[in-house]
Amino acid sequence: METGSGQDTEPAAGEPVWIGLPPGLLRMRRLLLVVWLGLIALALGGLLGLFAGPGWAAFALLPLAVIGWGWVMLGRNWASWRYAERADDLLISRGVLWREETVVPYGRMQLVEVTSGPVERHFGLASVQLHTAAAATDATIPGLDPAEAERLRDRLTELGEARSAGL
Amino acid sequence: MTTPGLDDGVPGLRAKPPVTERRLHPVTPLRRAWAPVAVLIGWAVHDPDQAQRQLTRLTTTTLLIALAVLVPAAALYGFLTWWYTHFAVTESELRIRTGLLFRRTVHIRLERIQAVDVTQPLLARVAGVAKLKLDVIGADKKDELAFLGEREARALRAELLARAAGFAPETAHEVGEAPARELLRTPPRDLAIALVLTGATWGALVAALVVPPVLWFATHSLWTVLATGVPLLGAAGASSVGRFVGEYDWTVGESPDGLRIDHGLLDRTHETVPPGRVQTVRIVEPLLWRRRGWVRVELDVAGSSNSVLVPVAPRAVAEAVVARVLPGVTVPPPDALSRPPRRAGRCVPLCWRGYGLAVTDAVFASRQGLLRRSLALVPHAKVQSVRLVQGPWQRLWRLADVHVDTGADKTVTARLRDAEEAAELLRSQAERSRTGRRDALPDRWMA
Repeated sequence: METGSGQDTEPAAGEPVWIGLPPGLLRMRRLLLVVWLGLIALALGGLLGLFAGPGWAAFALLPLAVIGWGWVMLGRNWASWRYAERADDLLISRGVLWREETVVPYGRMQLVEVTSGPVERHFGLASVQLHTAAAATDATIPGLDPAEAERLRDRLTELGEARSAGL
Repeated sequence: MTTPGLDDGVPGLRAKPPVTERRLHPVTPLRRAWAPVAVLIGWAVHDPDQAQRQLTRLTTTTLLIALAVLVPAAALYGFLTWWYTHFAVTESELRIRTGLLFRRTVHIRLERIQAVDVTQPLLARVAGVAKLKLDVIGADKKDELAFLGEREARALRAELLARAAGFAPETAHEVGEAPARELLRTPPRDLAIALVLTGATWGALVAALVVPPVLWFATHSLWTVLATGVPLLGAAGASSVGRFVGEYDWTVGESPDGLRIDHGLLDRTHETVPPGRVQTVRIVEPLLWRRRGWVRVELDVAGSSNSVLVPVAPRAVAEAVVARVLPGVTVPPPDALSRPPRRAGRCVPLCWRGYGLAVTDAVFASRQGLLRRSLALVPHAKVQSVRLVQGPWQRLWRLADVHVDTGADKTVTARLRDAEEAAELLRSQAERSRTGRRDALPDRWMA
């Protein structure tokens, strides 16, 4: 599977096996970006061209520039997401400018949630969210393949039960 | 008072051992009696002229009619809510059934108890009744048993704790109250001095005394002054007199049932925290207390509202209490805390000097605050997740924050550590929090 797994993994012994997100999420986000900002650009260009004059319609280039910038940003953000299932805990690493790395021991998981909104479903994607007793934990893995999401959910639930520790 | 199982709609309630359902104390219907009176008084205070006019218009007849309608209606409502509220203790649960129109059944699992509170507001003390509340995660304010007879509340607390501890069900109600050993009692004099030496008390008082006159000169509007002055005065009162009254006669005890915290001058509160429920302990040292060597100890228990363990005590005494609350934990001395590297000053000037971190084999300890030092201790077994966060400016200086999330929805942060150290800390802390659980007490601590 082609993934956006981290480019800066050092191959060291005992290092976790990082898994990146499948490209579907990037495709979906980029498509949404292009569709929405493209519509805004069209509407802006059309309205300004009609009511203010063709010169003003150049402002429609602004959303197009945002598309270009967002295209790159989404790619970098997508590439920064990765997770690793270790023997006793789950690692999630993300963020380009604000980097965040979360470790959740399996025994602390209260529930595992698989969610998939209408747009995500259309693109065949699902998110896995882990809840511990601490609300601040916020361990979400977005944009997984539904089969992979279900596998992860089942595995996490199983491991969580085996190592259950509660509060 | 004891009504053997009324018509239960739920089939599960008809389990093999008959569950005896009980009702609350008969004074319960009166507990909301003050509400209409309070509303009337509030209205009269808010708008005195209007109140005066309305009062003169009241004739004896209208008054009598109003009384004849209101009093029976209120009494009936109070009586019915009382009549339809039942509770029962089963082997593993406390069940509360309530609601007149909308039925509501709450089952609270006893091994999930985080703390048990028995509170007695002033009037309840006069009437000899008490409220009993179980703190569990996600419990509602309305899931409390208010009111029970004073002795009944104590007996019920003992029974609930015995069952939660894992005593056999048939002996649970005979175990009785576990003996308590007093660990600490705060003398009223110390409490008063401590409050005088607290900046917040003076801040609230000064605000209450300065802001209304300033507003008066600025606006000459009585209502503006009252609208700001009254809440400010209230806040000042709450932070000085209110705190003194609430924290009066603060007693911390220890029993096989766990930690006992009793306090209050007018309203008495008796809290019991079973063993192994404390998620975080914070040792707070305000600037003005430092010369006397006093500290305040706060604690976090999941689902509990109280957060004070010791309002004021000498450091050594407080540390001894902490050692009893978190078994096997010694509070790291100030010089055992490692500071962030010098370049942390580029991220947070000045304040970085207050940060400190120490990790022992029992706790993760992080200090912050320059004037008001606060040292937070999290036992490794209570860590729910560990996070490393690094912003762009921090990355430039090779620094990172490590957040440790606990079950009481509190996060303890080791700020501005060296990036490599932080990464190592993240790994080792995850490992420690996983293994730290092994020698923790089970949920049913007597089983």
